[in-house]
Amino acid sequence: MIAKALGTMLTGIALAAVTAAPALAQQKTSVKVGFVTFLSGPASGPFGVPAKIAAEAIVESLNAGKAPAPYQIKGIGGLPIELVVIDEAGGATKQVSEYRTLVQRQDVDIVIGYIGSGDCLAIAPVAEELKKLTVLLDCGTPRVFEEGSYKYLFRTRPHATMDAVAATMYLLDNRPSVKRIAGINQNYAYGQDSWNDFEATIKVMKPGVDIVTSQMPKFGAGQYGSEISALHSANTDVVHSSLWGGDLEAFMLQAQPRDLFKKSVLVLVAGEPYLHRLPGKIPDGTIVGARGTNGVFAPDSPLKRWLVETYKGKSGGIDPNYPAYSTAQAFLGVKAAWEKAAAKKVGSAVPMGAAKGVKEEMEKAYQPPTQEEVIAAFEKSSFDTPSGKVHMTLGKGHQAVTGTAYGTTRLENGVVKVGNIKYYDADRVNPPEGVSSLDWIRSGFKR
Amino acid sequence: MSQFIAVLVDGIVYSSWLFIIAVGLTLIYGVMKILNIAHGSLYALGAFTSVTLCGLWFNAGLPPMGSYLMLLLSAILVGLVAGPVIERGLLRFMYGKDEVVLVLVTYALFLILEDLIKLIWGVDPLFITGPGGESPYSLLGNFEVAGLTYPNYNLVLIAVAVATGGALAWALAKTRSGKLLLAVIHDREVSAALGINVGRIYFVTFTIGAMLAGVGGALTAPTVSVVTGMGAEVIVLAFAVVVIGGLGSLPGAALGALIVGLVRAAAVHYLPEVELFSIYFVMAVVLILRPKGLFSGAEVRKI
Repeated sequence: MIAKALGTMLTGIALAAVTAAPALAQQKTSVKVGFVTFLSGPASGPFGVPAKIAAEAIVESLNAGKAPAPYQIKGIGGLPIELVVIDEAGGATKQVSEYRTLVQRQDVDIVIGYIGSGDCLAIAPVAEELKKLTVLLDCGTPRVFEEGSYKYLFRTRPHATMDAVAATMYLLDNRPSVKRIAGINQNYAYGQDSWNDFEATIKVMKPGVDIVTSQMPKFGAGQYGSEISALHSANTDVVHSSLWGGDLEAFMLQAQPRDLFKKSVLVLVAGEPYLHRLPGKIPDGTIVGARGTNGVFAPDSPLKRWLVETYKGKSGGIDPNYPAYSTAQAFLGVKAAWEKAAAKKVGSAVPMGAAKGVKEEMEKAYQPPTQEEVIAAFEKSSFDTPSGKVHMTLGKGHQAVTGTAYGTTRLENGVVKVGNIKYYDADRVNPPEGVSSLDWIRSGFKR
Repeated sequence: MSQFIAVLVDGIVYSSWLFIIAVGLTLIYGVMKILNIAHGSLYALGAFTSVTLCGLWFNAGLPPMGSYLMLLLSAILVGLVAGPVIERGLLRFMYGKDEVVLVLVTYALFLILEDLIKLIWGVDPLFITGPGGESPYSLLGNFEVAGLTYPNYNLVLIAVAVATGGALAWALAKTRSGKLLLAVIHDREVSAALGINVGRIYFVTFTIGAMLAGVGGALTAPTVSVVTGMGAEVIVLAFAVVVIGGLGSLPGAALGALIVGLVRAAAVHYLPEVELFSIYFVMAVVLILRPKGLFSGAEVRKI
């Protein structure tokens, strides 16, 4: 504790020293962050652009030293953050070459980004190859750290298994009598993972349920008339969906006039970013999640109020949605690790009582931490975010877990509100280290 | 039985939509031998224009029923503005070039138009909704078949598809311009030698083709969230339908759309796992049996 306090104090002194002493050669003057997010295409509106707005708002506020405790130090470790924003559209191959450009030509210190699961899986080995600290922003696939082991790669948001597990718990708590289950999910990695997790979970938690139909329309299909008919005629109690973006919006627009949700309850595992876009189109009683305790599910705290306030200043008054919270998790995770590394360096290097070499030792200690030092501090760390505490416990300390929450929608004066919110602890909804998500679910959630 | 009826209804609705998006493509190919990749962008332009016009209409507090007029107006606007500009400004310099070159030219145009749409409308998805949530999609009410509810808007799609197909077939077979057009399709050079104004026929055809793409976009807009990139999805589907029917064939496009629509609806209802593959399965089977598509005539060999 004392060491920590001392460390923080010394960091403060260090900052003063850094600004006062331009003598050091090759002084680092900023932390350059490559930020990759969808700026065009179907994922830009609901995910990419909110993430970008959040990144810009957060960086501005951090650089001004306006964030609340424990993030008052300006920028990252006193160095201002410089943001390079790249469009994630164009597919995994394009992203790999964009990533190389960011690292090798733009010479960024850290890459934060990627919303698409395919992009995350493609970037992971390249980050290792180029040895660049990379923080995955918002992709959900558990495969990244369950099928691989990385040194330079981190993910500061939990993976998608918890969405399915918590959704099932919430559904069965609130509608214990459901028997017939159906799903409509996009036919690609995230849609299939999401449905498989949900199907496996509900079969374990309520043996004997009927899976009546699983619709897998093509990504970007746009026309869902036949699927809606099929769901309707399947007489299902539950419609599970991980649709997002234009696909979710088109599905809701087409399903709503067709009375599909008069007899079936809709579960939107990632529905939160659309609530403000679809008033009147999301039926009352829809179960929605935000892939963590984000957005409406985030418990009140100074950090949450800070994010909401800084974000709203940039978004024209719109509240931050879950990708904005994921962005905050990534930046604050890096900042916490960096400053922890800096403090540790200062704390351990100061040669108390040593007579010679003090000046050199001090100068070395007050250099910004190296990437290796930041990574060591990042692994297995815990840090505060606007969505609560994040613990880097999976994937050898590289994959975050958090608790999550689900709620039920109702329309009030033209605004979709979420009520009956239930929280689920991280341990209840995330697999333990070393067990794959699907094995963990099939084992009956053994810890 | 009721599921079978649902398959029929879903299939016919989807076929109508497919036909509307594909008919302009096959018309332009049939007459001009241009595989117009930019058809997808013209479709997207129709959708974005209708969002803007319907938005203006709703915001002016005019009766919601008029939004259908705005959909129609959008399609006409796209046809009358984009069609002539593209044909006169670009394509007419390319006539006589290899078909592959023309595919590349229209592909370049597709990329340019996609970016133009981003410049004008931005990248956020848009909807057509009035202040009270009115949408042309739900304004007309519903009908019920086999225990399922369908918006009457689907009947509009079917009607538009039948009317478009009928009008084109009639114009080609019964009018003087239609006969001139058939002559140009058969042999462009001989037609020109006989005094047919081929340039004008191309101009009119491309404008009508662009308008049909606009109709597709405008009619789709109320049912989806209108987003950049929607044109790329559609061009693949439209191309598949047109290839199945035989490039350039009007009845081919109609039959191709009907087969694909019904097969896809059946897949969704009975075997959802194969839905993604169904359209390409149809395409593969048809192309194995008839490599030039269902309705391709014997190719006249040209020296």
